[in-house]
Amino acid sequence: MDDLIAEFLTETAESLEVVDSELVKFEANPNERKTLDNIFRLVHTIKGTCGFLGLGRLEAVAHAGETLLGRFRDGKLEVTPTAVTLVLHSIDRIKLILNGLEQTGNEPDGDDDDLISQLEAMAEGREVAIETVQPVQVPDRPINADIPEVVIAEVKPELERPLRPGEVSLDELEAAFLAAEAPDWMSDPEPEPVAEIKAEAPKPETKPEPKVEAPVAVAPKAEPVEAASGALAAALGDENGGIATTQSIRVSVDVLEGLMTLVSEMVLTRNQLLQISRNREDSAFATPLQRLSTLTGELQDSVMKTRMQPIGAAWKKLPRLVRDLSHELGKKIDLIMEGEGTELDRQVLELIRDPLTHMVRNSADHGLEPTEERIALGKPANGQVKLAAFHEGGYIVIRISDNGRGLNTARIREKIVEKGLATRAEVEGMSDQQIHRYIFAPGFSTAAKVTNLSGRGVGMDVVRTNIEQIGGQIDLNSIAGQGTTFTIKIPLTLAIVSALIVGAGGQKFAVPQTSVMELVRTGANAEHKIEKINDALVLRLRDKLLPLVQLGPTLQLEAATEENPTFVMVIQVGERRYGLVVNDVLDTEEIVVKPLASILRDVDIFSGATILGDGSVVLILDPNALSERAGNMLEEKVEESTEDAVAESAQGQKVAMLLFRAGGGAPKAVELEHITRLEHIEAEKIERMDGRAALQYRGKLMPILNVADTYGFKEQDIQPLLVFTGEGYAMALAVDEIVDVVEDFLNIELSPDRPGVRGTAVITGRACEILDVDHYLLRGLAEHARRQPAQDLITEAA
Amino acid sequence: MSIRDYVTLRVGGQLFGVDAARVHDVFHPRGLTPVPLSRTEIAGVLNLRGRIVTAVCARRRLGLSPRPADAPEPLAIGLEVHGDSYGLVIDSVDEVLKLDDEKFHAPPGNLPPRWAEVIVGVYQLEKELLIVLDPHTLLDAAHLKAA
Repeated sequence: MDDLIAEFLTETAESLEVVDSELVKFEANPNERKTLDNIFRLVHTIKGTCGFLGLGRLEAVAHAGETLLGRFRDGKLEVTPTAVTLVLHSIDRIKLILNGLEQTGNEPDGDDDDLISQLEAMAEGREVAIETVQPVQVPDRPINADIPEVVIAEVKPELERPLRPGEVSLDELEAAFLAAEAPDWMSDPEPEPVAEIKAEAPKPETKPEPKVEAPVAVAPKAEPVEAASGALAAALGDENGGIATTQSIRVSVDVLEGLMTLVSEMVLTRNQLLQISRNREDSAFATPLQRLSTLTGELQDSVMKTRMQPIGAAWKKLPRLVRDLSHELGKKIDLIMEGEGTELDRQVLELIRDPLTHMVRNSADHGLEPTEERIALGKPANGQVKLAAFHEGGYIVIRISDNGRGLNTARIREKIVEKGLATRAEVEGMSDQQIHRYIFAPGFSTAAKVTNLSGRGVGMDVVRTNIEQIGGQIDLNSIAGQGTTFTIKIPLTLAIVSALIVGAGGQKFAVPQTSVMELVRTGANAEHKIEKINDALVLRLRDKLLPLVQLGPTLQLEAATEENPTFVMVIQVGERRYGLVVNDVLDTEEIVVKPLASILRDVDIFSGATILGDGSVVLILDPNALSERAGNMLEEKVEESTEDAVAESAQGQKVAMLLFRAGGGAPKAVELEHITRLEHIEAEKIERMDGRAALQYRGKLMPILNVADTYGFKEQDIQPLLVFTGEGYAMALAVDEIVDVVEDFLNIELSPDRPGVRGTAVITGRACEILDVDHYLLRGLAEHARRQPAQDLITEAA
Repeated sequence: MSIRDYVTLRVGGQLFGVDAARVHDVFHPRGLTPVPLSRTEIAGVLNLRGRIVTAVCARRRLGLSPRPADAPEPLAIGLEVHGDSYGLVIDSVDEVLKLDDEKFHAPPGNLPPRWAEVIVGVYQLEKELLIVLDPHTLLDAAHLKAA
């Protein structure tokens, strides 16, 4: 593609975003002269540039749009919603043509006469029925995706390019003339394209204005003109109220990435030098090294800053989105944005753009009530969607809130049960907040109908995944009738993070510090001990059971045999909490995250790699992917409210439990009330038929099951049995030893995905597996059914 | 008639060639950090002047026997695929040969699949055959999965 066209595309994409949001502002307040001027200037610039580049179709549409805007500007035409919609349509058309231009390098074929005639008709004050103009679907991506660029400092929209000659006012003519005499733009680092344009410039121009011709013809280059308009604004005294002139140049992202690499390498080299110098007595190097160290740090900071962009860049599309939504849904919606200037790394910015858009759309569509309903409820007619961003620690916090109806707790509850995500009993015991969080579960949509706007597959689970992928967290708070607030917390930058360097299986790994809640030392002499439930490791931490993942074995590394002091890192990902068992915690370090080569992307447990101060490469663990290894254990909730709920249930009833051992491992327990009888029988009395065991018991054959299929019954001596009765039949469970009957609170903490086990609970200080009696009764019933016709299943129970 | 430069190298006694324009550098793969749970072809990741390079073992990639214990220290050639830096770990590097495109032959049809997909052609040198490798298919994750 032609360089000039490429540049034009990038620049225009930016202008169009501004136009979109400015137009919405304009519609709300048609008398705002500054906004109108701004829009006019932007459309005008697009038109002007098109002329130079010989893009006839674009120029025609832009010209018609400009003419209409000109009428508004002159006050000859009243701004109506219809008119604004029409202008928006023409902007959409421009986007469509630009899109075609981007793909082929040429303007796509097509006819804009319909639109142009409507624009002209409107400009002449005639009635226009705009229904015939179909809004154009423009792909949701930057117009010029193949040339990633970043504007280092955002240029205020008020300081846009000067007017193209031809229709300029006297003031503006003079301004352009002044710009020609203030040759700031001559310092442009890439002068060649300018020369080209100069040569071309006179051709498309019709009106003879030779004096302004040359300087203004440079318009396609954004930087010099911005600089020039800056000088001009200074010369004229900025009529917009003295907004500071921002000089900026465009730098390709590749260059910035390269700079970042160089700086991080320099930081590493400095670290090495410092280490060498520390080990030496002669300190001739000490002072200059210290200086180098400081400078390197500052350089690193500065380079990081070049990657920062205000979050407002991700919000630019939203005013238009909300305006369209409000028209389509027939709701009155105010969009309030706070903290647009809050900066974050451009990489993070790109990644949250789509989730944000989705959530704003959701709030407007599902969150806000229709206007009539709001009025009936005595709420202000205009619904409100509010975006706020601010820094907090090393994080950026983004809040998306609406003052709508709030989440429908009852319906979500139904849906949870329907989808089998939790049992009815479990759901009944949950707080509203816990219920609400299920909207982040995969495939969970409460939308009764799929509207044009939402419910199209992208669910909150995708939003959550996207946010967690960049080390962020999302939470929500909803109050019935008052609205819903989503809070997103993400690290400011992905490029440099603080990490803990840990050792496991003889190798070093980095764990991002943001997800590490605390470190617990375990081992022979330590206060905390790792316990085993079957094969699962758990740690008792403040009366809670923390599921553990052993890093070495998980990574299939040679198990470190030495009895090192072991550490458990308590890791929190979203709402999940688990413990990561490592051999050693070595250091904390600021690491520069580098992506892994594509050949390694299938190893999802690593999110990247980094180079340590000693030059070695360590892999960065992805706490999110590791948490999958913690299995389907019940997510340990962390909120205060949940803690309270647990405490409450603990104050409830004590339950009589029978403790027993069966099949090794942790003791097992079952509520005493489920057990019909305890029997100790002679092992020889057990009859075995085709691999199944049964006992002649009160005139009937009673099947005997064992707790796990992996071990058998006793061949001799006394076999203890727990006898359960179902509806009209009895069965027995063989156990190794009955330990005790105790009374304690039953708090099931973890629910492993194994049949026959309800979960794990701490009973009189011991971690016990709680038996799922129903599971065994069903198996017993199946045994009976195998033996005899169902109608004969009558045993005298008890 | 066009002449092309090839870096020639040896893996398991066999002579291979890689388009010299694709080869960034030749280095000793030292300080390798193994990547747990990765494919066997991955020898590890290493730091090469501030870049993280993924070392891929050519022997394993081609299904050859492992390097004998007494073999000299292996070398790696630096290649770039899809913007990622790779080091292809080989036994030794020979010389750079200028070869005529006209003498280039398509690979024979009876090669094992693992070889067939990474070989673009063969030169018949006086003493032996020079097998021209395609670094792209050699180091591309999609091809690796298929292998």
